[in-house]
Amino acid sequence: MSKTGLIISREYLSRVRKKSFLIMTILGPILMAAVFIVPVLIMNSRGDDTSYIQVVDETGLFQGKLTQSESIKFEFLDGKLDSLKDNYDEERTDGILYIPSVAINFPQGIFLYTAKQPSLTLISYIEKTLQKEMEAAKLEAAGVDEKLLVQIRTHVKIQAKVMTDKGEESASADLATAVGFISAMMIYVFIFLYGAQVMRGVIEEKTSRIVEVIISSVKPFQLMMGKIIGIALVGLTQFVLWIILTFALTTVAGSVLLKDKVVEKPQHIERGLGDIDVSAVPVTGDAKDVAIAKVFENLESINFPLVIGAFLFYFLGGYLLYSALFAAVGAAVDSETDTQQFMLPVTIPLILSIIVAQSIMTHPDGNLAFWFSVIPFTSPVVMMVRIPFGIPTSDLIISALSLIAGFIFTTWLASKIYRTGILMYGKKVSFREIGKWLFYKE
Amino acid sequence: MTLIRTENLTKKYQQHTALQDVSISVPTGSVFGLLGPNGAGKTSLIRIINQITAPDSGEVYFNEKKLHPDHTANIGYLPEERGLYRKMKVGEQALYLARLKGLSKTDAMKKLKFWFERFEIQTWWDKKVEELSKGMAQKVQFIITVLHEPELLILDEPFSGFDPINANLIKDELLRLNKAGTTIILSTHRMESVEELCSHIALINKSRKVLDGPISEVRNEFRNETYEVDYTGNGIGFANSLWTGFELISNVPHHGNHKAVVKLLNGNSTNNLLAALLPNCNINGFKEVIPSMNDVFIRAVNEGTPIENESVNE
Repeated sequence: MSKTGLIISREYLSRVRKKSFLIMTILGPILMAAVFIVPVLIMNSRGDDTSYIQVVDETGLFQGKLTQSESIKFEFLDGKLDSLKDNYDEERTDGILYIPSVAINFPQGIFLYTAKQPSLTLISYIEKTLQKEMEAAKLEAAGVDEKLLVQIRTHVKIQAKVMTDKGEESASADLATAVGFISAMMIYVFIFLYGAQVMRGVIEEKTSRIVEVIISSVKPFQLMMGKIIGIALVGLTQFVLWIILTFALTTVAGSVLLKDKVVEKPQHIERGLGDIDVSAVPVTGDAKDVAIAKVFENLESINFPLVIGAFLFYFLGGYLLYSALFAAVGAAVDSETDTQQFMLPVTIPLILSIIVAQSIMTHPDGNLAFWFSVIPFTSPVVMMVRIPFGIPTSDLIISALSLIAGFIFTTWLASKIYRTGILMYGKKVSFREIGKWLFYKE
Repeated sequence: MTLIRTENLTKKYQQHTALQDVSISVPTGSVFGLLGPNGAGKTSLIRIINQITAPDSGEVYFNEKKLHPDHTANIGYLPEERGLYRKMKVGEQALYLARLKGLSKTDAMKKLKFWFERFEIQTWWDKKVEELSKGMAQKVQFIITVLHEPELLILDEPFSGFDPINANLIKDELLRLNKAGTTIILSTHRMESVEELCSHIALINKSRKVLDGPISEVRNEFRNETYEVDYTGNGIGFANSLWTGFELISNVPHHGNHKAVVKLLNGNSTNNLLAALLPNCNINGFKEVIPSMNDVFIRAVNEGTPIENESVNE
């Protein structure tokens, strides 16, 4: 095995064998699965907590008309408001809704008396229900047939179709945004996570003083690259394990926990799917199937082989670019507490890219998007946001070439700082001094 | 035969010069003491020979061939600032570092087994380095340095961190390796170990080589007409008998006799000294004082820096 190969395998094995790697590998998917599963569970369990509202209706219009649900029940009472308020029983009721006789002309005068601060959901539910009934009453008074109104009511939904060489394809901006942002975020987090590991590794070698022994056997550049590549492999290993485990966990947990509820309540599935609006479709038993079919159609609109390929390329490119800089930072300092001042210029472009990424989601083809996806310091994150929307091949090529040039440049720069820095002990260095190191003869 | 020869090595850093025109030659099979005060440039020289850094100008020859990256396999280096991966197991780590020096896995295993048995530390194999004491870790590090049986060993302060027993153990190993043909470059401040071990020395001060050669020649060069006189008689009478041509450096009672050290001045000979002394005491012994390495070191360093010289201060 070559010397660099030996270094790579040590860096890789020493990390993969750590307990913390195992814990993170197991914990990661559990956390990720939780992100997907918990909201669904919460949505399903919402009905368990029912609010009982007592209604004092002086208009007499709403008796028996207010729509009840599992989460809210209305009880109409004839008594006077004052006596009800005096006999308020927290055990039996969650609030008294007082609708005065003038309510239909003066809808701002409706009161909800509660012992505790009522939730926004509760208030907005009651508001909507009353509004609907009042509108119906007014329509009736004006002589408009409610059935006619339902017929008139129109819901417009645009189906986006992108014209490509392969014909027309459905497009979903929502899905593209989600895929783009999640992959951009993952690249951002991975670069930070594993870049910091490279830095810590360099500091460890420097403080333990083993570095001088090693570089009497290998070139500093071999040691640096061996570490960077070894840790990249750790990252990829963890990433692959996470995907497999997350997929397995989500599938298993999903089928076990949600099985019954899914069958009982198709409307929750619709809500769970988020932005896919199915109200244009008549709500029948088929609604679920239609919605799911739509999701699949949208999924097909995203070029997943490209997204995955690009993800791997930009993850590796971005990681290589930044980890070389992290290695240089590690070499320049004596302990992790001294890294602050040098970390800042390294992390600023990375943080900037995730900030810019958010505005690029709304304009994936703008000038801002183009330039930030060409600059190698921001392109790994920004490009991942753009790709799911579909981008010109020329942009992709320019960005890829510039990223490759970028990491060759930072690696060259970092290796100059690295080989001088690792032999400097007990000296606080400044940016000026690091600048001088660049010009030392090897 | 010369194993290492450096030719006009110069290494400059931004503000200071670490090495200026340093030429030394290390004979094959020698124990070569590399001496000099702190910050003189020893570490820079050692790093250049180890190809950790490169000189600004000048050349290094290994066996009369220009130094090449492949030569690292023929050199074992124990730096002054040394350490191991704290979280890594001793055996695994030794194996890794040996393989970085170019040994095959099976070869490295065989040799490690030999050394671990020799130092009776087989039980440390699966321990993490952080579980070892400093001295124990140093022992492991020594094994790692010599494991690949290099032609040249470069040791920077090899005895620091060892108790006297282990320091002796290491010293004996070094002598044994040297007998078997290993050339050793030893950088140390402990002059007694220089006298004990080294056959040749070079002294570097303020980035320049001040002197070099076989240790006996160097010491002889630093003789300064000083003689030790072992006599019986009156100490005051002895002192009085010396006229202005001599300087009495010390005069102390010694096992019932007296021992005095006298320096010849103004071109006086030993015969002049004896003639002056004979009427006043019985001379039991008379010999020239060969300066210790300690004296050589201090004088060589001070001569290069006249401002700090004692005579000027007086």
